[in-house]
Amino acid sequence: MASALGSPSAFGQSQFAFMRGNAFEARVKADGGAELLRLVHEKLDARAEPPTSGVVPDLSAVGPEGRTARTALALREATAAGVWTLLDHPLLALEVAGSPAFLEPDAVVVHPDGSWTVVEIKSFPMLDGSADAAKVGAAARQSAVYVLALERVAARLGAEPEGRAGAEGRSAKEDSAEPEGRHAQDSAPAPKVRHTVLLVCPKDFSNLPTASAVDIRKQRSVTRRQLDRLTRIEDIADALPEGTCFSPDLPTPDLTVAVESVPATYAPECLSACELAFHCRDRSRAEGAVTSLGRSLRAELGGLTTVADVLSASRGESGDPTDPAVAALRRAAELRAEALSGGPALHPEASGHAT
Amino acid sequence: MSLITTLARLEAVDTGRAQPLATVRHRHLSDRPLVFVPLTTAGEAGAPLGALVGTDRDAPRLLVVPQPRDRDLRFAFLAELADVVLPYIDSYAEDVEAAERNETDPETGKRVKVEVELCADAPQLIVPSRAGIDFVRLLGRSMRFRRTAEQDPETPHPAPPRVPLLGRWLTHYGERARVPGSSLLLALTDVLSRHWATGQSSLEDQHLGALLAWIDPPDDESGAEAALRAELQRDAKGQLVCPPAGPATDPAFDNKLLAPAIERYDRARTALAAAEDGIEADDRLGELTAAERQIRDLVASRTRPTWDAVWRGLDLLRALPEGAHATDRWTRDRWSFTGHRDRVLAGEPPQPRRDDAVTAANKLATREREQARLEAQEALDDPLVMAGRRLAGEAFAGEVTDVVMAYSEGKRPSPRPLVTVRTDDRPHLGERAKVYRSLGGKPQAAEFVGYEGNGGNGEEQGGYGEEHGGYQSGGALDDNGALVVLRVVDKMGRGKEPETGSVPEKGDLVCFTLFEHEQRGGAKLPDPEETPWTHGGPPGETEATPQLHAPDAVTEEDVL
Ligand code: SF4
Repeated sequence: MASALGSPSAFGQSQFAFMRGNAFEARVKADGGAELLRLVHEKLDARAEPPTSGVVPDLSAVGPEGRTARTALALREATAAGVWTLLDHPLLALEVAGSPAFLEPDAVVVHPDGSWTVVEIKSFPMLDGSADAAKVGAAARQSAVYVLALERVAARLGAEPEGRAGAEGRSAKEDSAEPEGRHAQDSAPAPKVRHTVLLVCPKDFSNLPTASAVDIRKQRSVTRRQLDRLTRIEDIADALPEGTCFSPDLPTPDLTVAVESVPATYAPECLSACELAFHCRDRSRAEGAVTSLGRSLRAELGGLTTVADVLSASRGESGDPTDPAVAALRRAAELRAEALSGGPALHPEASGHAT
Repeated sequence: MSLITTLARLEAVDTGRAQPLATVRHRHLSDRPLVFVPLTTAGEAGAPLGALVGTDRDAPRLLVVPQPRDRDLRFAFLAELADVVLPYIDSYAEDVEAAERNETDPETGKRVKVEVELCADAPQLIVPSRAGIDFVRLLGRSMRFRRTAEQDPETPHPAPPRVPLLGRWLTHYGERARVPGSSLLLALTDVLSRHWATGQSSLEDQHLGALLAWIDPPDDESGAEAALRAELQRDAKGQLVCPPAGPATDPAFDNKLLAPAIERYDRARTALAAAEDGIEADDRLGELTAAERQIRDLVASRTRPTWDAVWRGLDLLRALPEGAHATDRWTRDRWSFTGHRDRVLAGEPPQPRRDDAVTAANKLATREREQARLEAQEALDDPLVMAGRRLAGEAFAGEVTDVVMAYSEGKRPSPRPLVTVRTDDRPHLGERAKVYRSLGGKPQAAEFVGYEGNGGNGEEQGGYGEEHGGYQSGGALDDNGALVVLRVVDKMGRGKEPETGSVPEKGDLVCFTLFEHEQRGGAKLPDPEETPWTHGGPPGETEATPQLHAPDAVTEEDVL
């Protein structure tokens, strides 16, 4: 779609990164996940019996719905069996803005006590025991979404009476908010989803895996709040003019009109997150929005939201001088001009007699 | 961002050109910096793919790793890099001047002055962007624990002789770059965006091509258009016309150009190894050479534009006069360089993998102190920076309207003149707040007495700070500004009458700051972590367990 709008996204993956990432993941999961289970045991659950041979259930099924159902079933069986189990690329569903989104974590491990752990395998190195904080943060946010999705599954498993696999739990929503709590009286307790995930990375400059436990409680509650606040897609769709269509096959002007009918709040952070960023940036710049330079500007500039408004207020051509934001802007403009003109050199090294 | 910076950015949007954020250059630039433009192979851990390096803008040295997964080729790259960088570093190590330093005598425990050497100048490393600094650090970390065959004949993959030493130097430079205001290792995008505000976000400023486009656009184009072109324009083959400044490459380059070239190289190597006789081998060697040539050309084509851009950026920066205190901070950099030189000469082990608690705390304290020093010095050197501090209520400037001689009480009265300054600024002056002005390069202190016409008592007033809360003026402020009464308290000599020129006179233009001009921690002395153990050493270092210096485990798939 970004390409069809004439502002193709800059995202792409180098095949070198791709190959190396895959090779590392394969290595971590080799031998029935022996190394991976060992790391989970060592870092998260050292008191449990050490894994000898892990179970790796087959999760293949037709279509995303089939795969999520297969995943849920495998989770239930593994939880009941109480043995170390590795779910390789399970598929989870999570409702986002009112429609289901499918998520595929690198792995989920079921512990002998029936609790579940999300595993993220990344190819950035853990150097002398610590990895790039920004990358760890991104991985934690990603894992938090998986944990939320797993909690939904856990809640459903807890809610369903024996023998009714796949049935939707009535109170899945409330339950997920308190995943560690016991569930309704007449059913088994919901399995526990651990809020500490395992981040597996190459050690130093090698291809040997090393891992670290990451507590994602904070990211989880932030994500949960964001998900709760999202406008439902249906509501957005309802607000659009009849017949709006986002097909990339449309002629560019039509597609542009369609895209512009959806409100967007571009900020520079979009550049590293969204494929439409160049399109939205063009639009934001064309509107002269100050936030195209950074979100923080909004707070700094009070009610002034466009470049032209701010500049004219700062020059004294518009704006209410009793508005503190306007007054501060004018003073800033004065001071800036004074310093740049080299005018009365009011700075300490140059203090001297006024003429 | 201060409001003044924000305004500058908005003016840049409006005019289509970057706007000045400084009137002087706040970082020292060497006459002969070493520019380093590295590229890595994607895959995160940063295996080097190649680099341009050197001190001559017309003749950079091109280093290439034709197959980044091959350890021997990587070692060859690092050895070549050492051949360029170490002689450059050495060329600064010998030219020294005598200096003095306070040290604790190990026997008496007393502080004594000792004569030490200080290198007259220091080598300066310039990389295109902040990611380049991280890469220098990563290279340093990957090399400093390597063992050479000479150090350890048993080592499985011995590193070329000077590689561990290069690792120690790069580590030192990478660490020094964390100290605010230091200039041993600079990222050009950081330095440029310190001095100019563009009409884009600071995130986008990290693109060297786009940043330069805003600062110095072509004649027929606005900065905004040129920046957009630098960011996005691709040629017929889908390649960025202005390649990213690295070390990461554009995925389209990796996939469309580099990967096939590396494949060709691999095939040629395999074929050569399988050659059955001399003639066949000759042929295949030809093909291998050609394949390598192709990779070299590719790496050159992606690094040369950045190389030229770095030098262009340096030209732009050189056009600004160097701030007075930048030279002072460079002296601290020279101490840092000299200190590390001494540690290497003294045969100390490489920097440990992790700092012990004391060293870590010291480094943190150093950074905080240097940050405060930098902020004060930049304001003193540059009226535009001072303007920001004035706007924030942290300084004020104005004309002296009245001077009344007064004396301290006590047996030997000293001069304590009362000086009234009329200012349009809104300093955050609390009761008896200390303020400072610069007198012949030294800070002179005064005490806030009150606002004239306001009962003479100190009253808190706001600045034009971010919250704008302080705009509502105090009673003494009208259209003619506020009248601030100060009592000068020092730097007037020992006599009863102040020395000439030591007290402002009526009509003088003065600027006082609410922040101190100098930070404690000894001017121009080396920082604790840079004190070699031969000179008392950083605490805790001697307890470092040998395992901290052990070489890394090596595996077949290593990337660095
Ligand atoms: S505003 Fe940002 S996140 Fe939303 S569509 Fe535009 S670029 Fe994407």
